[in-house]
Amino acid sequence: MKRRTFLAGTAATAGLAASGAAFAADVTKAAYIYVGPVGDMGYNYQHDLGRKEMEKALGAKVKASIVENVPEGADAERVLTQLALSGNNIIFATSFGYMDAVLNVAKKFPKVKFEHATGYKRADNVATYSARFYEGRAVIGTIAGRMTKTNKIGYIASFPIPEVIQGINAAYIHAKKVNPKVEFKIVWVSTWADPAKEADAANALIEQGVDVIMQHTDTTAAMTVAEKKGVFAFGQSSNMAAAGPKAQLTAIVDEWGPYYTDRVKAVMDGTWKSMDTWGGIAAGMVTFAPFNKDMPEAVAKEANDLIATIKSGAYKPFTGPLNKQDGSVWLKDGEVADDGVIAGLNFYVQGIVGDIPK
Amino acid sequence: MFILEKRPNPSRFWTGATPVLAVVLTMIAGGLLFAALGKNPFEAIRTIFLDPLIGDNAWYYRAQLLVKAAPLVLIAIGLSLGFRAGIWNIGAEGQYILGAIFGAGVGLWFYPSQHWYIFPLMIIAGGFGGWLWAMIPAILKTRFGTNEILVSLMLVYVAKNLLASMAVGLMRNPEGSGFPGSRDLSAYPSAANLEIFAGTGIHWGVVAAVIAVIASYILLQRHMLGFQIRLTGQAPRAARFAGVKPERLVVFCMGMSGILAGLAGMFEVAGPAGKISIDFASGYGFTAIIVAFLGRLHPIGILLAGLLMALTYVGGDIAQSNIGLPSAAIQAFQGMLLFFLLAVDLLSNYRIRFNLKEAH
Repeated sequence: MKRRTFLAGTAATAGLAASGAAFAADVTKAAYIYVGPVGDMGYNYQHDLGRKEMEKALGAKVKASIVENVPEGADAERVLTQLALSGNNIIFATSFGYMDAVLNVAKKFPKVKFEHATGYKRADNVATYSARFYEGRAVIGTIAGRMTKTNKIGYIASFPIPEVIQGINAAYIHAKKVNPKVEFKIVWVSTWADPAKEADAANALIEQGVDVIMQHTDTTAAMTVAEKKGVFAFGQSSNMAAAGPKAQLTAIVDEWGPYYTDRVKAVMDGTWKSMDTWGGIAAGMVTFAPFNKDMPEAVAKEANDLIATIKSGAYKPFTGPLNKQDGSVWLKDGEVADDGVIAGLNFYVQGIVGDIPK
Repeated sequence: MFILEKRPNPSRFWTGATPVLAVVLTMIAGGLLFAALGKNPFEAIRTIFLDPLIGDNAWYYRAQLLVKAAPLVLIAIGLSLGFRAGIWNIGAEGQYILGAIFGAGVGLWFYPSQHWYIFPLMIIAGGFGGWLWAMIPAILKTRFGTNEILVSLMLVYVAKNLLASMAVGLMRNPEGSGFPGSRDLSAYPSAANLEIFAGTGIHWGVVAAVIAVIASYILLQRHMLGFQIRLTGQAPRAARFAGVKPERLVVFCMGMSGILAGLAGMFEVAGPAGKISIDFASGYGFTAIIVAFLGRLHPIGILLAGLLMALTYVGGDIAQSNIGLPSAAIQAFQGMLLFFLLAVDLLSNYRIRFNLKEAH
C-alpha cells in the first residue's frame, strides 16, 4: 500500500516532466512492447509494420521506440514503467498477458495513455483494441473445407483464450458448411512462438493424414514444414508466402497501421479517449494475402463472396443454427451471437472432437 | 610460441581476477558488436551498465535490480551447493514453477480471508513444492542410478505443462471471464509479497536471498557438511574414504536447491509476477545456472553475479527503447559474458609460458 502512494507521488512529478518535455520539443513519443521478436514474421512483425506505417504517416511529429522479447509478468511491469518514466506519451502493449501490468502502471502514470491489444480491462487512460480475427478464420475455414482431400484439417493452437477458441469455432463451422465430411485435429502447443514446437505439431498432424494446416501461433515454422511435405497451410497474422510459396493458400493479415496512426494522432490533438476497438474485415484490420494460384477459380470466388458479405455486414460468422459441443443449443436459426458472448467464448461448437485444455 | 602449463593449485589471484577480466572483454567485444550495428558503443555500454545505477530515474531501476536479482541469487545459491559436489541439478526452472504453484495454491485456498499466518504458510508450501520436484531426480539417482541432469531437465517440461493446466483449470480466476490466469495474489494483502521498505525493491524474496548467501557461506566455510560437499567435488574417492555417504549428499544438495528454487518461485508469484499464468516461468531457473558459474560457485560471487545479470537485463531493456538496440544483440551480449568467463577461466588453472627455444 505504501508503495502505491510513494510511486504515485514520484510518478506525478515524472509525468509532469514528461509532458513538459513533449511540449517543448513538440514531438509526441510513442512506445511499443512486444512479447516476441519483431523478426518472427508473424504477429509481432505485423505490429511493428503498423508502428512503421504510423511513423511514416505522422513524420517528424512522432518519435517511436520499441522493446521486444518482454516476458509477461514482472518484466512487463518494469518495462512499461521505464517507458512511462522516459517520457512517452502513449504506450502500446501488444500481448494479452500484459493486461494487469498495463493497469498497474497506468494507475501510477495518469497522464500517459496506454493501449492494450486483445485485453478487456480498461481505465481512464487505458484503451483496448483487437481485431475480429475470427472473421478471417471463417474465410480460411471455407477454403480449407474445399481444398482438403483427406477431409482432415490440422489446427495448431496456442493458449485456450477466447480469441483462439473463436478462431477454431469459426474455421470449423465454415469448413463443415462446405464439406460435411471435414474433421479437425487440434494440437495445443502452449506457446505463442516456439518454432521447434510448432514444427513438431505440424509434422505430427501431417502424419495423422492432415493435408491442410491452420495455426494460431506466431512463427513460420509450420508453413516451412507444410512446404516441405507438400501440404497446404494458411499464414497467421502476416503474409508467410516467403516461407511457403506453394503451401500458403492465403494468410490472415493483421493491419494495425491505420489504427496506430489514428490513436497517436488523437494524442497529438488532445482528443484521445479510452475506448474499446474491435474491428474486422469491414474496418480493414483483418485482410488477406493474395490467394495461392493453385486454388481453383470456384473456391477463390466462394471465399471472395464470403469476404464481401462479411464486409457489408450482411453476414456474421457466428449465426445460428449452432449447437454447443455437448449438443445443447447455442444459437437458434438466424440468431446472431452478441459481442459479449464472442469476447468470452469458452466452448467448442458441436462436431469438434476433443476438449479445451483445463 | 607459448605453451599452457597446468598449475599445481588454482591461482588465487586469477580466480578473483577472471570475472572482472571477462566483464571487460565482454564490454570490448560487445562494443564492437554494437558499433557494427551502427550504434555508438560507448553510449550502449553506458546505457546498459550505468543508466540503471546513476542515470535518469535510477531510483526506480536500482529497486528493480534487486527485484530481478533476488530469484537469480536464491536459485543459484542452491545450485552451487550441488555443483560443488558434482551433482548437476539442471531443472531448477521446474522446481521454481512447482514452488510457485504450491505457494499460490495455499494463498488461493485461503482467499479471501485475512490471517497473518497465510504468507508464512505459503513460504513453507513454496519450499516444499520445490523440494518435492527435486526429490524425483534425487531418489531416482540414488535408488536406480539414473542421470540427474536428464531427469531434472525433463521435469522442467512436465512442470511447464502442469503450470499451464493450473492457469487454465484448477487455479483459474473465477472472476476472470474465462481467461487463463489465477487471481492477483499481489492484490490480496494476506498473501502479497510487497516491498518491506517502500520504493527500495526489497521484498521478502530479497531478504531470503541475503539469508541464503550468508547461510551458504557459513555452511561451506565452517560446517562439516560444507567440507564434505567441497571434498566430494574435488576428490570423490577421498571423500568416500573420509566417510562421506554420496547418496545422502545427493539428497541433501538436490533438496536444498529444490527448496531455494521453490522459495524463489513462491516469492515471485506472490509479488512481482502477482499470479499463476501460463507463461509465469521466464527462465530464471536456467539463467541461475549462468549466475552460479559466473559467481565461481562462491556465495559472495553469486550475489555479485546475480546483480550483474540483473543489470544486463534492466539495462538491456533501457537500451532497446532509448537507443534502439535489438533484443537479440543484448542476448548475444549476455552470451558473450558467459563465453569470456569460461574462456579466461583457463588462466586460473593454467599458466601461460613462452617457449623460448622455439622462438629462436
